[in-house]
Amino acid sequence: MSDTTQLVQLSAAEQAAAIKSGDTSSRELVEAHLAVIEAAEPQINAFLQVSGDEALAQADAFDAKHAKGETEGLPELAGVPIAIKDMIVTKGIVTTAASKILEGWVPPYDATVIEKLKAAGMPLLGKTNLDEFAQGSSTEHSAYGPTHNPWDTTRVPGGSGGGSASAVASFEAPLALGTDTGGSIRQPGSLTGTVGVKPTYGGVSRFGAIAMASSLDQIGPVARTVLDSALLQEVIGGYDERDSTSIPMPVPPMAAAAREGAKRDLHGVKVGLIKELGGDGYQPGVQARFEEAVQLLQDMGAEVIEVSCPRLEYALGAYYIIMPSEVSSNLARYDGMRYGLRVMPADGVPQTAANMMAATREAGFGDEVKRRIILGTYALSAGYYDAWYGSAQKVRTLVIEDFNKAFEQVDVLVSPTSPSTAFKLGEKMDDPLAMYMNDIATIPANLAGTPAMSIPAGLSDDGLPVGFQLIAPQKRDDLLYKPAAALEAALEERWNGPIWRSMNASWLKNLAK
Amino acid sequence: MVHIVEAMPTFTREEIEHLGDLARIALTDEETARLQGELNVIAESINKVQEVAGDDVPPTANPVPLEAYLRPDEAVTPLPQEEALAGAPRSEAGMFVAPRILGEE
Repeated sequence: MSDTTQLVQLSAAEQAAAIKSGDTSSRELVEAHLAVIEAAEPQINAFLQVSGDEALAQADAFDAKHAKGETEGLPELAGVPIAIKDMIVTKGIVTTAASKILEGWVPPYDATVIEKLKAAGMPLLGKTNLDEFAQGSSTEHSAYGPTHNPWDTTRVPGGSGGGSASAVASFEAPLALGTDTGGSIRQPGSLTGTVGVKPTYGGVSRFGAIAMASSLDQIGPVARTVLDSALLQEVIGGYDERDSTSIPMPVPPMAAAAREGAKRDLHGVKVGLIKELGGDGYQPGVQARFEEAVQLLQDMGAEVIEVSCPRLEYALGAYYIIMPSEVSSNLARYDGMRYGLRVMPADGVPQTAANMMAATREAGFGDEVKRRIILGTYALSAGYYDAWYGSAQKVRTLVIEDFNKAFEQVDVLVSPTSPSTAFKLGEKMDDPLAMYMNDIATIPANLAGTPAMSIPAGLSDDGLPVGFQLIAPQKRDDLLYKPAAALEAALEERWNGPIWRSMNASWLKNLAK
Repeated sequence: MVHIVEAMPTFTREEIEHLGDLARIALTDEETARLQGELNVIAESINKVQEVAGDDVPPTANPVPLEAYLRPDEAVTPLPQEEALAGAPRSEAGMFVAPRILGEE
């Protein structure tokens, strides 16, 4: 095993500590991850754009400051590199949302979260792959080819944030950012054996996040450990006046909660098992790992009860009305006028602006995006608005009521993250409805605006990772972190180390020293 | 209270074509045919939201409602014209160049 391998297998918190102790530098970390990216990408395809030169320049700037003792007061993760889902704009680095319609687009500004990472001295390794405009659950809907699951490269990594999840799972990056509208951070986390968090709606600024469904979208951390996720969420979280949905309140103490959880004492923590999320429709291996994890929580002193959220049954339907409606509105901006692709109409068709827009959007959008725009256009059209969009917004109220009632009894709710482990590439591409079912357990948290997390719960009978989901009340993201960190510690003791020790990372074997 | 609104009509070919016009996507015949089948399946599965959407249930638009407020009225530097135009498919003399908007049709 080379030094590079040892370095990239450290957690982000350990990498940060190694910088502080002088054992490594930000430049060394960037170089190590760029080496893994070069070795792994032919098999994984997690990146749409690698920004190696920018990352090295950022690392050098950080190392110079560090040498002069000017990095005091920066966040704990200072100097540690990170990958960014290509749904978040980066000044000077091509941003496409994995769509042909934005091919080659260079944003003239940084998202707020990118400004925060830069201020923290965290180099940007590049932009990760996703389903086009974050619409999908497998990353197969990318216009630039699918990402592969590092646990089994014939399988999908989940989606839409399969690029970020695979990059972190394969050691191409210690950390990544994702966006989660219906499970796009958590479901890929589940399928790749990584940690993913959707923060409270409004907890992390979305200024500079490409809008998909604005009442549901949230930026969040992707990591290999619960503590890394907490540290990253503390860097990117907080109030931003440039996002009108940003909550004016301080960032909750998540890293402290994670460190408290690592002590594995959960006395006084009340956990609610969501009766409606599990059982029928869930793979037996998924259900088994979930139940074992619940038992571990109990063994550590947590009080576990079953709670019922009967209206979750309607959440998937409501989501597939609200989300496409907002998609059809948000994606109206891609009209070939001010940026992005422009395709003029065919010869013989009047060369008007309206025809140019129709030709541009026909050529620039993929099948799934078109499907959702058409469905959303219908849901919002005169005559159907009340029956569809109006009804879905009412279901949203009922889901929130169910959660509120459950949170009167417990601190956190738990369920499997995804009903199945990673499926084969191509398996669900011709059946949109089967694809949509992947998000059945993750969607309710988006509808209710609550924070939710997925952590690895072990391997199913097929040898593939299973995800364990925790959901906390709005604005109490810290409540996720204590039980999650406790469970992670207990599981890792059982596995004799992190879950990735069971993964065959063949690309690491050829790394030069 | 259970309150069922009329069942959704199934998507006709003409309807998909009309939606394509509204959404400004020049769908091909093959796409129109495929979308018709897919949307009918999807529509059937999501129709059930109406079962529980009673008149007494208020709608939720934003799950974390905030008070509307005004930010301080302070001047900031806007995006320079050059940068705003940098990604334009066509520009000229500091302006976006668009195809004909009025005329023939």
